[in-house]
Amino acid sequence: MADLSRDQLLHAYRQMKTIREFEERLHLEIQTGEIPGFTHLYAGQEAVAVGVCEHLDDDDYIVSTHRGHGHCIAKGCDVIGMMKEIYGRADGLCKGKGGSMHIADFDKGMLGANAIVGGGPPIAVGSAIACKIRGDGKVSVAFGGDGSCNQGTVFEAMNMAVVLQVPTIFVFEDNGYSEHTGTSYAVGSNDIAGRAAGFGMPAVKCDGADFFAVYEAMGEAIERARSGGGPSTVECTITRFYGHFEGDPQNYRAKDEVERFRETKDCLKNFRKNVEKNGLLDISDLDKIDTEVLDLIEEAVKAAKAAPTPKPEDVLTDVYINYA
Amino acid sequence: MPVISFRDAVNQALHEEMERDPNVILLGEDVSGGAGGSSGERDAAGGIFGVSKGLITKYGEQRVIDTPISESAIIGAGAGAALAGLRPISELMFADFVGVCMDQIYNQIAKFRYMFGGKTRCPIVIRTATGAGMNMGAQHSQTIYNLLTAVPGLKIVVPSNAYDAKGLLKSAIRDDDPVVFFEHKALYPRKCEVPEEEYLIPIGEAAMPREGDDATVVAIGRMVVFAEKALDKLKEDGITADLIDPRSLSPLDEEMIFESLEHTGRLVIVDESPPRCSVASDIAGIVASKAFASLKAPVKLVTAPHTPVPFAKELERAYVPGPDRIEAAIREVIQ
Repeated sequence: MADLSRDQLLHAYRQMKTIREFEERLHLEIQTGEIPGFTHLYAGQEAVAVGVCEHLDDDDYIVSTHRGHGHCIAKGCDVIGMMKEIYGRADGLCKGKGGSMHIADFDKGMLGANAIVGGGPPIAVGSAIACKIRGDGKVSVAFGGDGSCNQGTVFEAMNMAVVLQVPTIFVFEDNGYSEHTGTSYAVGSNDIAGRAAGFGMPAVKCDGADFFAVYEAMGEAIERARSGGGPSTVECTITRFYGHFEGDPQNYRAKDEVERFRETKDCLKNFRKNVEKNGLLDISDLDKIDTEVLDLIEEAVKAAKAAPTPKPEDVLTDVYINYA
Repeated sequence: MPVISFRDAVNQALHEEMERDPNVILLGEDVSGGAGGSSGERDAAGGIFGVSKGLITKYGEQRVIDTPISESAIIGAGAGAALAGLRPISELMFADFVGVCMDQIYNQIAKFRYMFGGKTRCPIVIRTATGAGMNMGAQHSQTIYNLLTAVPGLKIVVPSNAYDAKGLLKSAIRDDDPVVFFEHKALYPRKCEVPEEEYLIPIGEAAMPREGDDATVVAIGRMVVFAEKALDKLKEDGITADLIDPRSLSPLDEEMIFESLEHTGRLVIVDESPPRCSVASDIAGIVASKAFASLKAPVKLVTAPHTPVPFAKELERAYVPGPDRIEAAIREVIQ
């Protein structure tokens, strides 16, 4: 098992728990009708975002996806600023101009959630070019789902990363569904890591519900990237606890599927079991974190609801010309 | 003053900016050429039109990056490099290839600044070869700027001569917003005076290479050259016109057009693109809504037909608006 200090373990748990509660609360709040637009929840996949980002500093880069809240929190984005953004508030992380699918925080190396499936990986190759030119040992991580692995842009990005030997790590979260269509149907080879290996880079698979497995697989990939060994791919098998988007009736899933996964594939439960069995942490410490996280999420929702809405005239700002 | 070609002027701009700022990088297909080739020559192409010749020798493989044929990744990598603090120039060998990487251009780079609430800028330049005239057929000859001018967040630059190309490209590289820089293939060998000392041309200011009284002619890119030929001919009959070269299609220097129209009252717009939803129809619409009172005659558009670009010489010549059509349009509008 990876060598993690007590503080690191507590931090990882706090991050995963924050993502879970952020999403569980959103699931409830969306039903009130107060949150505009289209939201894709990350609940169930927390160990991937956190297992990856616990290796990263603010100077490392990530690009994210339409299902990006978890990546944002794991990379250190302000939870309250995120909640405000999702509520479309003027002081949200992107001033209400981005929304759930377009959260970015450049001070944290979070180069943006991306609502175009497969839009991010080419961008991660570019930020990795910058890392390589600077020679500072920083890396760039491209998050994507099983859906994105069928996009040509992702093939282009993987090949270019290999050709240029840049420090990009492609993380594929196979949550079983590309929108409403199963991975077993849509990924011809049913082997995303195998595809990546075909481009000429090391590629491994791991259990995305096991924080320690993700952390370990990513550790090797990142170490390789930081020391000039070029790109890697990590494929994480995982599930999502909710639909493709909030409001998705999920008719494509067996009735008991989510329930079963919540029993067997819950990364938080797995983490608790693991640290308890191995005597790494006191469960009371984790319970304390649970309470603190719930308080934070409550504070975030309250702050978002109370935050000012953008002024209509702000529609014309943040663009070099508007011809108004 | 030295007289150099459009190609050499762009090459000089690239050299000067890469020398000035180590954050400037160039990436694209064959921008140096020769990577993986059997000759070992690493400056084998310098771009398909020789525009980036000599850069790899001076700035090395880290900053002059030969890429696979992967247009989405070329633009996307430029976007990511820009977000990470570099000033990338992504070369799209032919403007037509926008069809392969449109997402990265219009959903990604064009939107970052706005969509992320002004928290970032995306200082990328996309250099691309545009236009017909070399019998390259339907997929290597289009203008494409007609499509991209419609996209909020992009700056669109279309120089018509070597002097402007150099000054505008240097400004584009220093600009914090994404700029798509269109280099007309048929203009590459055309020469004009280009000073040795450094100069910049601000993006958004039109030029008026000819002044006159009878009409205002707005011409884009290579059409400026043809409009000058038409005006040379008309001068024999005592007909003169203001010739406006917008140089950038967005931002557009509307004021220069309006001021000229106050004087002439008659407008001809010349564009190598098809007519519908084009820059020509857009300028006509702007004039109709903001300067209608200046008009003494209907606006005349001289454009390519609403067809793909044909291959055969005779057909392509019929496709591209030439000096004769421009001359006829000016004569018609002043009647």
